[in-house]
Amino acid sequence: MTHYLDFERPLAEIEGKAEELRAMARGNDEMDVEEEAAALDAKAATLLAELYGKLTPWRKCQVARHPQRPHCKDYIEALFTEYTPLAGDRGFADDQAVMGGLARLDDRPVMVIGHEKGHDTQSRLSRNFGMARPEGYRKAIRLMEMAGRFGLPVVTLIDTPGAYPGKGAEERGQSEAIARSTEACLRIGVPLVSVVIGEGGSGGAVAFATANRVAMLEHSVYSVISPEGCASILWKDAEKMREAAEALRLTAQDLLKLGVADRIIPEPLGGAHRDPAATMAAVKSMLNTMLSEFDERDAAQLIADRRRKYLNIGSKGLAA
Amino acid sequence: MNWITNYVRPRINSIFSRRETPENLWSKCDGCGTMLFHREISDNLNVCTNCNHHMHITPRDRFAALFDGGIFSEVAVPEPLSDPLQFRDQKRYPDRLKAAQRDTGEKEAMLVATGEIGRTPIVAAAQDFSFMAGSMGMYVGNAIIAAAEEAVRLGRPLILFSAAGGARMQEGILSLMQMPRTTVAVQMLKEAGLPYIVVLTHPTTGGVTASYAMLGDIQIAEPEALICFAGPRVIEQTIREKLPEGFQRAEYLLEHGMLDRVTDRREMRKELIVITRMLMQMPPPTWGDLPPPGPETVSGSPEPATQTDRSG
Ligand SMILES: [Zn+2]
Repeated sequence: MTHYLDFERPLAEIEGKAEELRAMARGNDEMDVEEEAAALDAKAATLLAELYGKLTPWRKCQVARHPQRPHCKDYIEALFTEYTPLAGDRGFADDQAVMGGLARLDDRPVMVIGHEKGHDTQSRLSRNFGMARPEGYRKAIRLMEMAGRFGLPVVTLIDTPGAYPGKGAEERGQSEAIARSTEACLRIGVPLVSVVIGEGGSGGAVAFATANRVAMLEHSVYSVISPEGCASILWKDAEKMREAAEALRLTAQDLLKLGVADRIIPEPLGGAHRDPAATMAAVKSMLNTMLSEFDERDAAQLIADRRRKYLNIGSKGLAA
Repeated sequence: MNWITNYVRPRINSIFSRRETPENLWSKCDGCGTMLFHREISDNLNVCTNCNHHMHITPRDRFAALFDGGIFSEVAVPEPLSDPLQFRDQKRYPDRLKAAQRDTGEKEAMLVATGEIGRTPIVAAAQDFSFMAGSMGMYVGNAIIAAAEEAVRLGRPLILFSAAGGARMQEGILSLMQMPRTTVAVQMLKEAGLPYIVVLTHPTTGGVTASYAMLGDIQIAEPEALICFAGPRVIEQTIREKLPEGFQRAEYLLEHGMLDRVTDRREMRKELIVITRMLMQMPPPTWGDLPPPGPETVSGSPEPATQTDRSG
């Protein structure tokens, strides 16, 4: 079952009609509906191209949060071999909102770390909707430092609404954990490449995405605050999220211009969820390209490269 | 000379810095509600004389009280791009900035200065909550980088007073990018072997807490300061329960191992002198009246430092 977003409703009608026709024909050999159904398919394809050719920033947020969008776990399973999850922060717990472990990208051993949102009620709850607690960031710090010691490149997959705003999370030092995780990203002497696969939610995303290279999927977003949060603070009305999404410049296309994103990975027409296999292949090839840029670099060069990247951010604005 | 450096100079500086406060005004303590004479509060570093509640203090007033003789030199901060996102909510961002500049008489939300405290050369940076809630944008990021670079250049410790509602939304992702940028600044200090001391003041929240404000070698907070990543209101909405009394306040964080100390603002200068001198392997401080500073003690600048012209 395809899950349609509100702006896809006309599309749902056409695709639904084509589906209905074919279902009817299956029960009746006399009926020939293929011509009519094909016409509907063509109409749907045109509409899909139209809708996705000019997605507004708010619609991109919706696509980035699409429940059927491939998540971290899907990428880890499809892109890597020998994935060996490593658990725990050695202090308090293992945070299921953060996946991490050793894996091979083709033959290359890497450390992969990412936020996992979950795909059904049960996994969403156990993954806390991809909102990490301090333990999650501390697990990531531990894995990044290990990667640094053994010379393994780090791949991070970003997909989080933000760090978890909870009582225990605050008591155990959510701020400190995020700050140290960002610090670890900047300190390790191995390549760190990052892909924003869905939502890059504020500090919770920065903690993993402070990388040598940041790629963003075409319809992913990365922002200092959710459009809803921004709208409720600056417009005093959470319903103004469309305006806020526009103003925040959170799309991959704007972030490329601002130098925050280095690459954009094109998505299949209609978004990553319409063709996960094609999306996976594109992400894998981008990871290999980005990592190969650092093959000959030593630790000091890698650290200097990251620092330069971040110190230079802000020198480019968006044209009026 | 002692009378001049220790008494007259701070007075002069505070007259400049409290430029539009009429002498006969009263104001109400937001802690206990007592009506207090302005002069009385400012002489007490904006701490209520009745209940010890720590009220907001501007970076300029703080520095006037912190530095020896109230003397400090401002460190220039590289100018960031103005309004890089052409941000507009109900108002245009440049208009909000102008209003904040008009209301505070300051250019932006952070002041960086060099000077001496108890004859200990330091670099200090202070965030101004009265300027757009002290929010961290590109200027604040540039200020922290400039402060760290100056500290490294002069071989001095950096003392940073934080106060912020979080990131500056009007700079979107570029405000968020100040988290890694300021973290690079902290790394510069660590590599140079220089102390980085953070004094967290009320309130320090969001992306500020989750970057430079939590990375100090030593973390000190003012009493009852709210220090958090997510604010209490957001948490109450998320977990749908009432938070305990004092949650996310300085004393609570101290109890939970997130701070080294909670220190009264009136004791802060002394404590910072003691700590920085030990970390810098300097002899114990001499308290009380000091001989006039010789040129050799003001390292890094040929002339004794004076407060720079702030009319520009
Ligand atoms: Zn009071």
